[in-house]
Amino acid sequence: MPIHEKSLIRPENLVTHDQLVLDGVDVSGHWSTFIQPRALTDYNERLQEEIAALDGGENIHRCWQCGSCTNACTVNAINPDFNPRYWIYLIRLGMEAELVRDKDIIWQCVSCHKCTYACPRDVVPEGVMKATAHWLALNGHTPKSPAAHFDEVFTSQIVATGRIEEGRVIRQFFDRTGQPLKQDWLLEMARRLLAKLPLTLMIKMGLAAVFRPRTRRWGKVRAALAQHLAEHERNARSAGTARAAAGAPMKGSEG
Amino acid sequence: MTNKYRKVAYYPGCALEGSGHAYHRSTKALGKALGLDLVEVKNWNCCGAMEAKNIDPKLQTYLSSRVMSIAAGEMGFDTVMAPCNGCYHNLKKAEYDLAHDPASVEVVEKLARKGGHEPYRSGSLETIHALDWIKEAIGEDGIRSRVKKSLAGIRIANYYGCLYTRPRHIFPEKDKGPGSESTAKPHFMDDILRAAGAEIVEFPLKTACCGGAHTLSDSDTSTKLVLNILEAAEMCGADIIATECPTCHSGLEMHQVRAEKNFGRKTAVKMLYFTQLLGIALGLPPRRLGVQENVSDARALLEAKGLA
Repeated sequence: MPIHEKSLIRPENLVTHDQLVLDGVDVSGHWSTFIQPRALTDYNERLQEEIAALDGGENIHRCWQCGSCTNACTVNAINPDFNPRYWIYLIRLGMEAELVRDKDIIWQCVSCHKCTYACPRDVVPEGVMKATAHWLALNGHTPKSPAAHFDEVFTSQIVATGRIEEGRVIRQFFDRTGQPLKQDWLLEMARRLLAKLPLTLMIKMGLAAVFRPRTRRWGKVRAALAQHLAEHERNARSAGTARAAAGAPMKGSEG
Repeated sequence: MTNKYRKVAYYPGCALEGSGHAYHRSTKALGKALGLDLVEVKNWNCCGAMEAKNIDPKLQTYLSSRVMSIAAGEMGFDTVMAPCNGCYHNLKKAEYDLAHDPASVEVVEKLARKGGHEPYRSGSLETIHALDWIKEAIGEDGIRSRVKKSLAGIRIANYYGCLYTRPRHIFPEKDKGPGSESTAKPHFMDDILRAAGAEIVEFPLKTACCGGAHTLSDSDTSTKLVLNILEAAEMCGADIIATECPTCHSGLEMHQVRAEKNFGRKTAVKMLYFTQLLGIALGLPPRRLGVQENVSDARALLEAKGLA
């Protein structure tokens, strides 16, 4: 009988013999398809602890695997591989190698909070996604994601001046991620805007780009935030890489 | 009409000074036309938007709390109105965290002390959205009695986005039965625009996500999500998607262009802020509501309906 769940199994774990006779019965071809048995030995028993130590991961232990998060998930609807319920399962079991297979999509969570809304156990899956993406970068599994670059550019502007000037965020972000500003659709946006904007508003926006909007009396706040964030990053680094600190082998460190 | 919310502190936030300028303009024009006082929060800062929390959630709590501390402490208001979903959500979240999480209180007090201002104390300020403001201070009857140009003949899909209703625990006043806002099926914008004469279409994607958080860092995902919203609104028969958040609004506009340029999928539905639509119904000239500033140009449609 063909295996109906084949789509759920990775191709390298399916074995089919072109020529096979068992007990005198010819089971060549798909009649002999079976799933490769495997034994997992590389558990990271501190995985849940490490992710729970990062911002947003605190409630991961509460999950009872109902799947409401994945069912509600915005990103899952356009990419079935984006599966918060499954990742929480892997983390709780310590199956690091399996989790790392999806390292390049976990950061794509759009923070729509539908999972948190649906979760009956207050796991805050959105927070767990952010903590997991953070953990992957801290432990050298992924380079900084475009979203992490955007968060950093954005936050550093808030710390510097108290406010955001959108044009500057866009320029800095495109610059850091090596994207050209001259993309078809961006030029089209600019064309449609410039065709209609009143001159006074254009002058105002131009001035905002030169004389950045600032919050007054921000100097002391800036110093306090810079100090706080430096401490916060040190703490996250040591908590999220506990195993590395304990001397276990690592896959490299963050670049 | 009640006396509630007739004079509130107004927190526009960064987007309303940039890409969401038309929302700023139309909100202020509405306040003026309706005799509602908006007093801008002095020397405000960014609430942390959707980014600061990914660096440190308590940084976002502090940033939002500073705005609330000024509105409540320095300016003596008991209500602050934020038209942006992001700002509104973050102030609500800060209020919730400061009432329930001692560790957040500790960080906010430490940063406020070092920053040289009073820390915000939970319970001293009510944060409301522009929808609450209009719905409570003017109400449907108040709108009906003031309508000069009915929106009759315009079919509208109301789009509320994510942060106006989720996660539900930071909005304790919602889901309280008749009269209160619903987190599953929000209806304040429907109520307001219906009172202004518009035909509201049944739109199942009211609280779908536009991918605003990754609008530039994962643009293809955002474009797919926005295209889904735009096409669904058209299938529901809408001429216009009414918005109440600058990030959603500019996301819909931007990715409508991007879907056309990069995916070859063209949609005709137009976006207008609910404040622009309400202003038009009250007889304000579209120019004063910033209708010409929108990338998605609804002027021809409004003219065809005799509204501009």
